[in-house]
Amino acid sequence: MSNPLLEIKNLKTSFRIGEEYYAAVDDVSLTVNENEVLAIVGESGSGKSALAFSVMGLHNRAKIEGEILFKGNDIANLPPKKLNKIRGKELSMIFQDPLTALNPLMEVGRQIDEVLFLHNSKLPKAKRKEYIVELLERVEIPRPEHVYNQFPHELSGGMRQRVIIAIAIANQPELLIADEPTTALDVTIQAQILDLIRELKNDLNSGVILITHDLGVVAEMADRVAVMYAGQIVEVADVDMLFNNPQHPYTRSLLSSIPLLEDEQDRLHVIHGIVPSLKNLPREGCRFSARMPWIDDDVHEEHPELHEISPGHFVRCTCYKHFYFPEENKEDQSHDITQS
Amino acid sequence: MWKFTVRRLLISAPQILLLSIIIFWLAKQMPGDALTGLIDPNISAERKEEMREQLGLNNPWYIQYKDWLAGAVQGDFGESFRYKMDVSELVWQRIVNTFWLSLVSVFFIYAIGLPLGIISGRYNDKLIDQLITGYTYIGFATPIFIFGLVSLWVFGFMLGWFPTGGSVEPGLEPGTLEYILSKLQHLLLPSLAIALIGTVGTVQYLRSEIIDTKQKDFILTARAKGAPERRVYNKHIFRNSILPIAAFFGYEIVNLINGTIFIEQIFAYPGMGNLFIESILQRDFSVVTALVLITGVGAIVGALLSDIILSIVDPRIRIK
Ligand SMILES: Nc1ncnc2c1ncn2[C@@H]1O[C@H](COP(=O)(O)OP(=O)(O)OP(=O)(O)O)[C@@H](O)[C@H]1O
Ligand SMILES: [Mg+2]
Repeated sequence: MSNPLLEIKNLKTSFRIGEEYYAAVDDVSLTVNENEVLAIVGESGSGKSALAFSVMGLHNRAKIEGEILFKGNDIANLPPKKLNKIRGKELSMIFQDPLTALNPLMEVGRQIDEVLFLHNSKLPKAKRKEYIVELLERVEIPRPEHVYNQFPHELSGGMRQRVIIAIAIANQPELLIADEPTTALDVTIQAQILDLIRELKNDLNSGVILITHDLGVVAEMADRVAVMYAGQIVEVADVDMLFNNPQHPYTRSLLSSIPLLEDEQDRLHVIHGIVPSLKNLPREGCRFSARMPWIDDDVHEEHPELHEISPGHFVRCTCYKHFYFPEENKEDQSHDITQS
Repeated sequence: MWKFTVRRLLISAPQILLLSIIIFWLAKQMPGDALTGLIDPNISAERKEEMREQLGLNNPWYIQYKDWLAGAVQGDFGESFRYKMDVSELVWQRIVNTFWLSLVSVFFIYAIGLPLGIISGRYNDKLIDQLITGYTYIGFATPIFIFGLVSLWVFGFMLGWFPTGGSVEPGLEPGTLEYILSKLQHLLLPSLAIALIGTVGTVQYLRSEIIDTKQKDFILTARAKGAPERRVYNKHIFRNSILPIAAFFGYEIVNLINGTIFIEQIFAYPGMGNLFIESILQRDFSVVTALVLITGVGAIVGALLSDIILSIVDPRIRIK
């Protein structure tokens, strides 16, 4: 079997707060293959962006341990000079907030041109402009010739996100990281942008890491899903497996907190509490245990590990075997929540 | 952009009008009037009344204001009773001197402030930034007249590197190279004194703008494109940080007026500020009034200039 496109091994990303380092991403291992969408879900503060930024080398003061193998080469802690050869070319990123991700003082066309120029300075300017107009068409921006000379503030949020996508795909990247690409947009635009990302992925045969906390987006887009909690992966599975047979208490809580219209909604569970702040993350034992106090303490592992419970389906900590929602009876707890 | 400029001009006009009314009113409150300096104090009361009538001093205030304004617009501010010459002529010589002093000061303010601010913002929290920030604190804490006095004493009197007064060596032919060099030599020390103190605001402002811009999302976009650090700074961070500084340029004029008043006095430099203080002390009010009006208009025009510059460099304003 060939190497996966991206293989993250035991990644640990720590930030310095005061005198000490605190890990926002803790022992994460993941793979992404060509033409595959890996979704990363988790609440705010679970370390999704910290993970993405580590891959892109965008942290300026973080300590990064472990390996990030991109096409077999370790790019963790790569010197900027080498990193800049692949960033924007083979590896690119779409950011969350299209309103702030573009330089307000530069015409849209020039901002796209920059990424072409940086990686392909031999291409004459006229050719680049031609290609940029094509790109703008490709991301379905009307009147591309006109938009080329516009400034970001003259475009709507959806249009700006399309420009950012155009920048990201300009050099036909092999891996595209999209960090909540639609969170800042309204619902109809969201769907269009997601369609666009999917199409582009198919065209380019790229791998995609899609970060989101919207499970609807996951269901629609992802091939595989990794669920993150407090800096760790708690469950990884194919998308169908994850939705049909979620195992980790956190995954189950996330899924059951989606209101289902046709349901009576009596299964709507709300997980209380929030992801603790970086300094206060529990570093020992099962990190989710504090948010399910009704579960016996001794069902957790001392050092929770990822267990492969079926091929390609990993769950952290043994507590999943004993989890039930407080509204349910301990006796009739069942694992296979079937989503009717 | 034209729309914006015209609108901005329309706002400035009433500002200037209001300013002129206030100054006229203040001038009226000052002891004595245009007559006091002109006539023999022993003249008879009837003759005096006649002359008041002739000069329009018995007219209602708005007529007087109108006459005064009409004169001011044409550059007629009356006569200085101390110098016995037209105020406009007297002021003009001084304005030219102050203009040169200000111009050279502005040059130094930016020549010193921009590099220091950029270095300090780029390497914030490094030793070099701490040194520069230290300098700005000292600059803020040091009154300009004390700094001016000390530098005059050290570089003018002790070391003798610079002349200690005047604006040019007497006896040189205007227009010759020697004349110009002598002017520059007289300007150097006072303008450096103004700039070294006056630039600290620019340094700190630019520093904090750069630190702020560094963390903006579009800088991440630039890095994610694979732009090398130098390009990220030159193309993205600096341009966005210098914008507010460009906008401040006009307000710098106001700053300079304050600076020059003290510095001209200390360096016995025959400029507006120097004339202003002399005239107050000598109660030469027609000169004071003219200077206040000119300074006020200068401040308003400075603000206007700031806004227009900003509208040129910032597309977000340029379009609207
Ligand atoms: N540069 C940094 N310095 C210090 N702490 C950081 C830094 N970046 C992130 N953190 C902390 O790391 C943790 C994870 O943050 P991260 O932004 O990765 O979360 P996220 O999962 O992307 O959340 P969201 O859904 O809100 O984007 C948070 O506690 C955050 O405060
Ligand atoms: Mg995030």
